[in-house]
Amino acid sequence: MKMQSFGRHMRLLTTTAAMSLAIFASAPAFAVTPADTLVEGFAMDDIISMDPGEAFELSTAEMTSNTYNLLVRLDLNDTSKVVGDLADSWTVSDDGLTYTFKLKQGLKFASGNPITAEDVAFSFERAVKLDKSPAFILTQFGLSGDNVTEKAKAADENTFVFTVDKPYAPSFVLNCLTATVASVVDKKLVLEHVAAVTPSDEYKYDNDFGNGWLKTGYAGGGVFKMREWRANEVVVLERNDNYHGDKAPLARVIYRHMKESSGQRLALEAGDIDVARNLEPGDLDAVSKNADLAITAAPKGTVYYISLNQKNPNLAKPEVVEAFKYLVDYDAIGSTLIKGIGDIHQTFLPKGVLGELDENPYKFDVAKAKELLAKAGLADGFTVTMDTRNTQPVTGIAESFQQTLGQAGVKLEIIPGDGKQTLTKYRARTHDMYIGQWGQDYFDPNSNSETFTINPDNADEGKNKTLAWRNAWDVPKELSDTSKAALLEKDNAKRADMYKSLQKAVLEKGPFVIIFQQTEVAGYSAKLKGFKLGPSFDTNYVGPVSK
Amino acid sequence: MSIPETSQLVAGRKGARAKGWAATIARFLVVMVTTYLGLLAVTFFIGRVVPIDPVLAVLGDRAPAHVVERVREEMGLNRPLYIQFYYYLRDALTGNFGTSVLTTNPVMADIRRVFPATMELATVGTLIGSLAGIPLGVLAAVKRGSIADQIVRVVGLVGYSVPIFWLALLSLLLFYAKLQWVAFPGRIDIVYEYSFTPVTGFYLLDSAWQGQWDVFIDVFRHIILPASLLGYFSLAYISRMTRSFMLNELSQEYIVAARAKGLSETRIIWGHALRNAAVPLVTVIALSYAGLLEGSVLTETVFSWPGLGLYITNSLQNADMNAVLGGTIVIGSVFIAINILSDLLYRTLDPRTRAR
Repeated sequence: MKMQSFGRHMRLLTTTAAMSLAIFASAPAFAVTPADTLVEGFAMDDIISMDPGEAFELSTAEMTSNTYNLLVRLDLNDTSKVVGDLADSWTVSDDGLTYTFKLKQGLKFASGNPITAEDVAFSFERAVKLDKSPAFILTQFGLSGDNVTEKAKAADENTFVFTVDKPYAPSFVLNCLTATVASVVDKKLVLEHVAAVTPSDEYKYDNDFGNGWLKTGYAGGGVFKMREWRANEVVVLERNDNYHGDKAPLARVIYRHMKESSGQRLALEAGDIDVARNLEPGDLDAVSKNADLAITAAPKGTVYYISLNQKNPNLAKPEVVEAFKYLVDYDAIGSTLIKGIGDIHQTFLPKGVLGELDENPYKFDVAKAKELLAKAGLADGFTVTMDTRNTQPVTGIAESFQQTLGQAGVKLEIIPGDGKQTLTKYRARTHDMYIGQWGQDYFDPNSNSETFTINPDNADEGKNKTLAWRNAWDVPKELSDTSKAALLEKDNAKRADMYKSLQKAVLEKGPFVIIFQQTEVAGYSAKLKGFKLGPSFDTNYVGPVSK
Repeated sequence: MSIPETSQLVAGRKGARAKGWAATIARFLVVMVTTYLGLLAVTFFIGRVVPIDPVLAVLGDRAPAHVVERVREEMGLNRPLYIQFYYYLRDALTGNFGTSVLTTNPVMADIRRVFPATMELATVGTLIGSLAGIPLGVLAAVKRGSIADQIVRVVGLVGYSVPIFWLALLSLLLFYAKLQWVAFPGRIDIVYEYSFTPVTGFYLLDSAWQGQWDVFIDVFRHIILPASLLGYFSLAYISRMTRSFMLNELSQEYIVAARAKGLSETRIIWGHALRNAAVPLVTVIALSYAGLLEGSVLTETVFSWPGLGLYITNSLQNADMNAVLGGTIVIGSVFIAINILSDLLYRTLDPRTRAR
């Protein structure tokens, strides 16, 4: 009996399997995204929190800037200026310490609550008191948990007053206020979701200012509202009908986490996504040749560089530093490895920022490099290691550099590792050389200027862990002083000139071989209208997109 | 022999069996506890000695130094390793695996969400693998040395030796991009994402249960390709093993006896030989199922399948140790559970193991 039924079951199961095959063959997929929905394929595994007071990741910047309001935003027509978002107008006092913002009339959050100066003040207060990663963008103006309610406060319902500790260049203050950490949250809504906390030495307050809830929650008033974030899966935005500016034509934007370039390309070609955000050069090329698809690109504020740890006696020699700058095959890298995803760029300020210097004086020149190495007493070369994260284009550039260094007799050992691993070592200053990228923290020249030219304490215990510190570069005092003085320069043209001189100095003496500036690219369906990438990760606006 | 004697004998055997059971259970418990402790200790210490700073996972790589220091203190990472392990053990024993840094959810909640995805995929994959693999193996054994045998061998070899991500990409290119037979990577279409509420997390079951047949078809079109690939992978193994088990059975005397009795060949192969070969096959299938349940990382990555493999890989890459440890323990438990299950199946299939 049992034996027979075993055989029968087998046959039954086989039949079922055959039937299932029939179902799927008879129902071909019609891959079309809904007409009112934008679907983007996006590698966004860096998102760890959606709280604007906490988030400091590149992918999150895009979500926050599309779902929250700011006082002021970057002017996309001239990124060295800002325009009002919630702020109708603003004035700076004569002593340069007090900024007074007048809000627009009739503003509302997505929840329906009115947006007042009180909400702005609360947003500053919670960001400063939480003191998470991006808080320094605000606290660098002299704000602390003890004084924030005085220094950032509502004078009346429509007037927000911000007091800084030094007469900074107004462009610096306003640029910093375009950062996502200054996003305005719905005070009433957030207060409904605060959790109690036991105060400790590290955290003096008795509640979390809604941080626990806002990690995945939403309390903003941007052009879209955030409906859901599921880590490594999806972010869903929906149109906010209370938005004060031009309403979004689309009802919904869905970001799907897709890690692989090839997968994004397939889905884009099949019509399952409208935009592919992480295409590698090969896939990008194929997309650009497809008549139904289009590509767009925008330079971003991220530079890729190789740095030379000055603790290594060979790398500390100025001739070696200079020689290495001649040993990168910029042209070959530019035309192959970073084609379409970056432009050769040797100065530390990215294009688009106030004071940018568009000069690339170094060319690949083995003879010149050999001469410099001989001058340093290293005519026979030496061996050196470089920590390299195992992603493109970094690995490719490292291999190219290995080969070109070899031509001058320098033996480069590449130590591969994943991002977190190489970074851990880099931060501990135990590397010889490191290849990586640096993205500016906020859209102002000071962000990069500070990290490349300021190192007040070069000891291992140094508190100010800038890139100069990480590479043990004892920055000449006149450079640090210029960098600090530029912060207080009210005249924008003069301020720009100061940054230009700093870039020239780092180009000449700094232990950084800056290679290229990242270009962000996207492939998208030609059916889309108004899709564009912005000059920074927090200006990739999806509001104007329609189908 | 009188009747009381017989009953005494039966009672004695029952007692022995009960003792045997108790010993089995005790042995099983000891094995389980030591396995778990070992698992916890190894993963914990590996997790702590990897050259990755866990604070990076919490803060991302752009946090200022004082924030990094504060969080390190808050996370207790400045305490000695054995104290950290003690706290970890204490929490784990109460079922608290901490909070995932990456998703901000409790690790157990995350696993409850991702594990059904992996399990559904692995189940369908194993079904496909067994349903195709066993008949192919039988065929190869019966027609030993024939063209059919050679073809099965090559098919199996290809399935076993070609990297699965390559096959996955290629099949995506063919069945999804070119032919459009199957759906986009992922578990379900965005159209249904907000109209369908899963209950158990097994989308095929849920949609059928709720009578949402359009959702069922959509889910089916999503699962069929990755499941077929996993199925192909396990088919390779299952068909090879079936073949050798069957060859072994077919050379036994009872087969000759059955033939002499005049039974039909079909009956002999499917009813007698396979029935006996099925016993060791259960272990083979259970092991390959357990292997798939670990989460086939590459398949899940290529198909954007939100399962356990992808979850643990992402957590590892982000140094999210709570999530990695929680996931490892779940996998360990699943392995143990499947071993017990296949043991039980063994008992029902093989009368000899029951008697003893």
